[in-house]
Amino acid sequence: MFAYWQNFFRKHGAALSVFLLASVGFWIFMMILLPQAFMLDFSLRANVPPPKWGSDAHHYTAEHYRYMLYGSAQSVDSYNFVDLSVFARTIVAAIFVTLIDLALCYPVAYYLAHAATGGWRRLMVLSLIVPFWVNELLRAFAFKIMFGGNGIINNALLWLGVIDQPYDFIRNSVALYSGLSYAYILLMIFPIYNAVESLDRNQIEAARDLGSPWWRIHKRVVIPHAKPGITSGCTMVFMLTAGALAAPQILGGPSSLWFTQIIYQAFNQAGNWARGSAYAIILLVVCILFVLLMMRVFKVKLGEIAR
Amino acid sequence: MSADVQLDEVWIRFGDFVAARDINISIRQGEFFSFLGPSGCGKTTLLRAVSGFLQPSQGRVSIGGRDMAGIGPNKRPTALIFQNLALFPLMTVWENITFALEVRGAGRAARRKKAEELLELIALPGQGEKMVSELSGGQRQRVAIARALAAEPSVLLLDEPLSALDLKLRQHMRTELRAIQRRVGITFIYITHDQGEALTMSDHVAVMSHGVIEQVGDGNSIYNRPESAFVASFVGENNLFSGTVAATDDAYVTVDSPAGRLRARHAMRGGKAQLAAGDSAFVFVRPESLKFAAGASSASAEASSTEASSSTGALDNRIGARIHQQEFEGNFWQVFCDVDGVDKRVKLSMVNDGASMGRGPGEEVTLGFNADLAVALPQGELAAE
Repeated sequence: MFAYWQNFFRKHGAALSVFLLASVGFWIFMMILLPQAFMLDFSLRANVPPPKWGSDAHHYTAEHYRYMLYGSAQSVDSYNFVDLSVFARTIVAAIFVTLIDLALCYPVAYYLAHAATGGWRRLMVLSLIVPFWVNELLRAFAFKIMFGGNGIINNALLWLGVIDQPYDFIRNSVALYSGLSYAYILLMIFPIYNAVESLDRNQIEAARDLGSPWWRIHKRVVIPHAKPGITSGCTMVFMLTAGALAAPQILGGPSSLWFTQIIYQAFNQAGNWARGSAYAIILLVVCILFVLLMMRVFKVKLGEIAR
Repeated sequence: MSADVQLDEVWIRFGDFVAARDINISIRQGEFFSFLGPSGCGKTTLLRAVSGFLQPSQGRVSIGGRDMAGIGPNKRPTALIFQNLALFPLMTVWENITFALEVRGAGRAARRKKAEELLELIALPGQGEKMVSELSGGQRQRVAIARALAAEPSVLLLDEPLSALDLKLRQHMRTELRAIQRRVGITFIYITHDQGEALTMSDHVAVMSHGVIEQVGDGNSIYNRPESAFVASFVGENNLFSGTVAATDDAYVTVDSPAGRLRARHAMRGGKAQLAAGDSAFVFVRPESLKFAAGASSASAEASSTEASSSTGALDNRIGARIHQQEFEGNFWQVFCDVDGVDKRVKLSMVNDGASMGRGPGEEVTLGFNADLAVALPQGELAAE
């Protein structure tokens, strides 16, 4: 161990070594460990105003976790259906959005990697990236306007005669799902694109030469090869969708609350940082467990994703 | 026997570039047919046209008498072995081998059985559960052959499959490939830039250059009776004397070259004479057809070289030369000689008969060869080189 650090310092010089260690240490400690540790600590303490922090009243308790389950700190008579159903709906919706993105992005990524050439491919990649130079909030508002009662989509459908009165895309969550699906689409496309692109073209041709129809080529050759990329994309989209705030806030209908909005309310409106922290921890842990479960189901190793 | 694969007036263009020009080839059922040529000569393009990965710009490809126009590679009775083999790395060996059967909906038991049969054929019994990455280069090679054979193609196409192997394995695989071909009895079409592979394995060889078929024939006729300057210089080693045709008849040509007046066979192409008086021509002489002739050579050398002394009287051509260097290769002596007016050193191969060569660098010698063992050809595309 000592020899390793000695070698490390000799290789990079004293100044650079200190800088590297300090910045990596800052990143890991200040930006990852410390905030999570504070959140965990808050979530396990009673909710008291800041002046009383550190006093006896700021004692350890699991009441906020209990509240998530039972809707009360003391009784266990009834479940907290409001929060639990929002939580369940958020997870299910995030899965749904992930699947939509996968269905949309796999063909695009495959096309980009193996069919598009030269300038055309560059143009397509640019047109995928450029819209994301626009701020996330502005993009969400743009969706809101497009899907609004007087928006371009309703007007087009009215003009085409598909509907005879404006459809409420906002109330029916169509706008929300569209906005969320679009929000993280690049995080799905590029990992899949990278994975598919590294596939030897001859393998596709070999499968075709051996009589395989196109769908079996994908099932047996392309998808198995791209699995780490697919998993990586799905994980990121799922995590970020479940934790999204801006899109649900702007595009969500009055009745469709996102779990992050409940966390936001706890912090900013109810002034209950403890409950907010507990809920955030619950969301984080459940999402991680879900992802690990899926990776086990689809037989992907964590190391493959990080490739 | 019937023609199995037939190309009629096939042209393949990529934009302005012509990759294959007016190709007419007829390959018989069950033969081992090679396309031989330098890289970029269009041989792989032709193979892709036969396998269906590209459509000829013009002309007809037929297999088993059926026109293949509009039929994709997955519907053709061909199987292709790729240069890099393109085995599926995420499947086991037996899954690789039986992929074609899986596609046709064969059950697992039937596939296992077929896989064992094929593993037996390629001498890898019981290795089905391994992953491709666990096999050696030669074993992968054989798995690729088995995978292609499992599709039960009537034509097997091979795109330089041996080029990634080391020399020893390559020579071994030549024999193996030929043996497998005899056993299964289907047509093999083999693409290579290695003349050794083409000559040893093939029933017929088509020599290609710049998208054109230069000559089709068995190994013997390609080597001994080249019909174009390209074939003569690409296949095997050849000494080349440039000159102008002085006289010609149907059988022989007389060429005036810096090395003197040379007489050589007149090569016909498509039954037609290729040379007339006044044309620029090359005279090609194989190193093994050159002899030391009596005359300027020393008496002691003549005594030791029985070959030279016995054939001296019959040599039609004589060239004055000076030995530059000699290399002993065990079974052969390779002797490099300077000839005035000839840029490239003339090479002579002599079988080692146990006696010492008896000549040394700097010695003036007379080289000779028989007109029947040399060939005169139009300079054609080689003229500029």
